[in-house]
Amino acid sequence: MCHEAAEGGLVTVDASHGADAPPELVQLLTPEGERVEHPDYDIDLTPEDVRSLYRDLVLVRRVDLEAVALQRHGELGIWASLLGQEAAQIGSGRALTDADMAFPTYREHGVAWCRGVDPVKLLGLFRGVNHGGWDPKEHNFHLYTIVIGSQTLHAVGYAMGIQRDDASAATIVYFGDGATSQGDVNESFIWASVFNAPIVFFCQNNQWAISEPLEKQTRIPLYRRASGFGFPGIRVDGNDVFACLAVTRKALEAARTGQGPTLIEAFTYRMGAHTSADDPTRYRVASELEAWKLKDPIERVKSYLFKNEQADQAFFDAVDAEADQLGADLRRRCLAMPDPEPLDIFDHVYREPHALMDQERAQFAAYLEGFAQ
Amino acid sequence: MTVLSLSKALNEGMRKAMEDDPKVLIMGEDVGKLGGVFRVTDGLQKDFGEDRVIDTPLAESGIVGTAIGLALRGYRPVCEIQFDGFIFPAADQIITQLAKMPMRSLGAIKLPVVVRVPCGGGIGAVEHHSESPEAYFTHTAGLRVVSCSNPADAYTMIQQAIRSDDPVIFFEPKRRYWEKADIDTSATDWWPPLHAAKVVRPGTDVTLLAYGPMVKTCLEAATAAEEDGRSVEVVDLRSLNPLDEAVVMDSARRTGRVVVVHEAPVNSGFGAELAARITERCFYHLESPVLRVGGFSTPYPPSRLEEHYLPDLDRVLDAVDRAFGY
Repeated sequence: MCHEAAEGGLVTVDASHGADAPPELVQLLTPEGERVEHPDYDIDLTPEDVRSLYRDLVLVRRVDLEAVALQRHGELGIWASLLGQEAAQIGSGRALTDADMAFPTYREHGVAWCRGVDPVKLLGLFRGVNHGGWDPKEHNFHLYTIVIGSQTLHAVGYAMGIQRDDASAATIVYFGDGATSQGDVNESFIWASVFNAPIVFFCQNNQWAISEPLEKQTRIPLYRRASGFGFPGIRVDGNDVFACLAVTRKALEAARTGQGPTLIEAFTYRMGAHTSADDPTRYRVASELEAWKLKDPIERVKSYLFKNEQADQAFFDAVDAEADQLGADLRRRCLAMPDPEPLDIFDHVYREPHALMDQERAQFAAYLEGFAQ
Repeated sequence: MTVLSLSKALNEGMRKAMEDDPKVLIMGEDVGKLGGVFRVTDGLQKDFGEDRVIDTPLAESGIVGTAIGLALRGYRPVCEIQFDGFIFPAADQIITQLAKMPMRSLGAIKLPVVVRVPCGGGIGAVEHHSESPEAYFTHTAGLRVVSCSNPADAYTMIQQAIRSDDPVIFFEPKRRYWEKADIDTSATDWWPPLHAAKVVRPGTDVTLLAYGPMVKTCLEAATAAEEDGRSVEVVDLRSLNPLDEAVVMDSARRTGRVVVVHEAPVNSGFGAELAARITERCFYHLESPVLRVGGFSTPYPPSRLEEHYLPDLDRVLDAVDRAFGY
């Protein structure tokens, strides 16, 4: 058996199952905000770069908090919070170039932010006005996928398309620790490996698949799964935005230059509930959350900026004010989202004319018309 | 005119589609060097290369899932599912993703993916190699579901399916793969639209509705019935979703008696949908209830029993007799 300690590192692995040394965790910024070096994953960030990362972290947390509030007020049917996973998402999202393509789950609000998707568009499916409200091609950011792990195969197929186009681009696909048990995720590993597809598998191991802890999904650290499929796997401190950026950047570059896939396990923590419909007090202890709060992804960047005198109080105040503005704006525009029209049900089911759609639309229109008279 | 078997007609159709559009890809298990277990893709990898005719790992969900990804990148993948009974590992990708993603995207995404499925029994195969799973897919909005019954339709319909911007589930009657016919491959003016049903034998007394492997059986039954003095019309539906209701209802109104024939189990089969629609639209024209002939509501039996399970000429004629008993 292996045990994941709340403190982060993997503690014991039964040698009889073939696992050996305790896992390494790539970290470039400690929870206390101290910069540390790593021989393979260094990164050169200007003060402006760090301030910009900090701003993104704060703004996406604010978007998330506002959405949580909108759900509580009945304006969203449900919301899947990213609280605690901001660094994993901003770090990896900022590593992408415009030509790269990202395939999210339904929790990648931070990556969506990095891809330029207007946050209000994320709310559509949670409010129930659509199933996905943005054009994936416009942002190179695919629609949210709700069925766990399905998108990993889409991402590999897309990467195979990049190969056939002879393009200099890579694909990144997001999924969680629970998803690693899905057949599709394992099939996607196989496909990516045998076709040497330009893809980065970015697993945010937030320790919980709703109520099931990691040990219900795996007996070895997740990043080590990659070796069985024939490509490198690496564990990164998922609450360290510097490390997530550095590790993802390197893996994407490897993918773009024909070196095939990489599995990145971003070791992080889901600080909130699975969704607004979940009650984590039923299955996990409060002390675990308290321990992870000490490793908050935003606080460490703030400490770093302070300690290194790369930002002053005026900067932090300005970011907070911007966040407040963003939240208020998001709330206003959420409330203003129009409900779809009844006949919209039939739109976009098929691209080409379809007799049954025409028939049912006409019948329903006539039925509705009956009430108007 | 060229004489082609149904499998060769599909092969020629795919070859034509690949020549016409460099984005068309073939993918599946053993479709490359081997040319598929039924040789439907024979020679295509040799001529179009491994990048366009892709031997995939042995995982059906992976085939359809990666085909979706390739379609998102602008390709037009044609997936081969080796046998009907192997489509279920891919059912999740087909039903939750392929069928629904275009609507999810509010029209921003198109998924021109064809999933080819050799279907039906009658070849003495082991379990999972003789099934007719079409109703699972006609029930799924977002998919188009078609089935060819003869070489000429195989040749035209596969090209039309590949050209469609919607996903198409393409059922091929495996026991008819070796049937031959003359096909004019030099012109397209004779092609019926993909979703048009066809009266393949006109008649006045009773209508047989069939698709895929049962069309030939119905034609044979119609010939036999003629000797009893009954004029039997046979309609090849060709497309199950969408259904060409005009042709079906016109025939039902003219003959007043309808028998639906398919290999799939009768219970909750596509025949139930046809019976309900015909009853609703043609109630006052009907001389008898719409009757159904199909497989029993059992799993497909071992092959030494399949001749009892599959509708044949006598079972169809028995139903025709019953239709005249009202």
